[in-house]
Amino acid sequence: MSDPNNDALDAAAVVTAESPIPDTAVVEASGEKARSLWADAWVIMRGRPLFWVAAVLIVIFLVMAIFPQLFTAKDPTLCDLTYSRQPPGGDAIFGYDAQGCDVFARTIYGARASIIVGVATALFTALLGGLLGTFAGYVGGWVDTVLSRFADIFFAIPLLLGAIVVMYSIPSSPESPFPLVIFKVVAAMALFGWPNIFRLMRSAVLQVKPNEYVLAARALGANPLRIVTSHIVPNALTPVLVVSTIDLGGYIVTEATLSFLGVGLPDTVISWGRAISRASDLGLIRQVPHMLLFPALFLCLTVLAFIMMGEVVRDALDPKLR
Amino acid sequence: MGKYVVRRLLQIIPTLIGATLLIYYLNFAMPGDPTAGRCGDRQCPPTYVEWFNHEYNLDKPFLVQYVLYLGKLLRGDLGTDYYGNTVVHELATRYPTTIKLALIAVLFEAVIGLAAGIWAGMRQGKFIDTLVTITTLILISMPVFVMGGLAQLVFGIKLKWLPVTVGGQGSFYELLMPGLVLGALSLAYAARLTRTSLVENLRADYVRTAKAKGLSGFRTVAIHTLRNSLLPVITYIGGSIGAMMGGAIVTERIFNINGIGSFIWRSISQRDGVALVGSITCLVLVYLVVNLIVDVLYSVLDPRISHE
Repeated sequence: MSDPNNDALDAAAVVTAESPIPDTAVVEASGEKARSLWADAWVIMRGRPLFWVAAVLIVIFLVMAIFPQLFTAKDPTLCDLTYSRQPPGGDAIFGYDAQGCDVFARTIYGARASIIVGVATALFTALLGGLLGTFAGYVGGWVDTVLSRFADIFFAIPLLLGAIVVMYSIPSSPESPFPLVIFKVVAAMALFGWPNIFRLMRSAVLQVKPNEYVLAARALGANPLRIVTSHIVPNALTPVLVVSTIDLGGYIVTEATLSFLGVGLPDTVISWGRAISRASDLGLIRQVPHMLLFPALFLCLTVLAFIMMGEVVRDALDPKLR
Repeated sequence: MGKYVVRRLLQIIPTLIGATLLIYYLNFAMPGDPTAGRCGDRQCPPTYVEWFNHEYNLDKPFLVQYVLYLGKLLRGDLGTDYYGNTVVHELATRYPTTIKLALIAVLFEAVIGLAAGIWAGMRQGKFIDTLVTITTLILISMPVFVMGGLAQLVFGIKLKWLPVTVGGQGSFYELLMPGLVLGALSLAYAARLTRTSLVENLRADYVRTAKAKGLSGFRTVAIHTLRNSLLPVITYIGGSIGAMMGGAIVTERIFNINGIGSFIWRSISQRDGVALVGSITCLVLVYLVVNLIVDVLYSVLDPRISHE
């Protein structure tokens, strides 16, 4: 998954602010109380095993990112060359890497960088794209045209290519502090990731804007800010939430790819991308495949969990599939 | 039709200018020494710095620099790389390999992706549908470099079916495994899109009519449903070529392929800004043109879409 922009393809067509009016007609017949869109979705999701698998995985990885000490008592930075390339067994269940570091400990501690980067980029793009998209969609006119063309420019550059150029221009030195290093990667990806959300939010706002309840609010004299925050955004937010969750997985992959290419996180930060990069030298794959397999497995599972979660939520919110 | 193509061509111009400006700005206007690394580990001699600044117009105001760069770009001059070869020459010698690689990837994506998607869509809710859904989900969550490493390990080293790395220009046989790895992600998306699109169309009124007329199941699906279902898939496959440009950097690095991707990777690792900006600008151009062609094709394939 090298380009999260792909997701827009199937996701954009999906939950574009469907049914701001919950399907009361259906509910009345069964005599239950009318449920909101999200309450409805929750009932559907609850019954799907994929939802629980994704939820459990996400919780595990979040805990791993916050409290890695819970999973391993070892210090991931403590490496002993005498253990170099030892296969899994005994004390180290994932074996040792070329530098003699414990692969299990490094894999556990690697979760933090990936998850922070993924979550922060998803939040950042959702905020930036969401705000600009709402603005462009609601105001319309030349503001919309200018913002849309501006977004087109960033949209025209594939995420990975753009991020490579940015990361290349602002290289991290080994002395850079952890937050700065993370921020650079997040900023590089967000710069090329936001137009995706912008387009989605803009079209959702355009769909919600002509609704009667918006006209009614305007006729009652509500000011634009109130109309946008309490009528338009809540009804247009769903597709952005879904796509952001799916994209989160994509951002983790892109970060790992950048680190793999040597322009993302530096070696001072423990990350899955760097671990896989170091394990990918041909001689090493042949001799110590476990160096590649374990970080790769964790990386894939994390990405899988977020993509799966996004898709389950999308399906649950899609009235066409009910 | 002609009008539409012209309008699209005109629309691409501001995007192009914006995109090249952005890439150019990022590389040349950033704080730091643009000649860093061009003379090995040493500082460049002042005469070289002066020549470099003059050659790349770095002594002029930014916008003038950019316009001059754009003029060079239009004349097909992307500057010279670290080794003194022109970037255009470097790209020209490498693109046949990358095109071969992309061709294998797109073919693989189209054939297997469509087949899997159609099969799953026809048997909705059955075993094969679940299998395709889960397999594609796994493919999507696996980064190209992980898939590449695993493919080398399993098919190259353990099973010895395919060569692990590619030498020289790369034969189709050697490029087979890298091509499959590069195409796998888009394949997964194409399969899912085909399935969704087919399932939606199978419920359409005209399909019911076709069935009611007594047409065979094969004819209903192959002639009536597929034609409409495949339109979004074709657009997607065209657009996925852009994503592959990014993926090719990783794939070519892993399999040691001497293509445009490995040239970009070399530029990154040697901090060769001129080569990097030139080749990335080139890829973005290809991406934009391919997208344009796909959009135009779409309107040819679907007569319901009128652009007049």
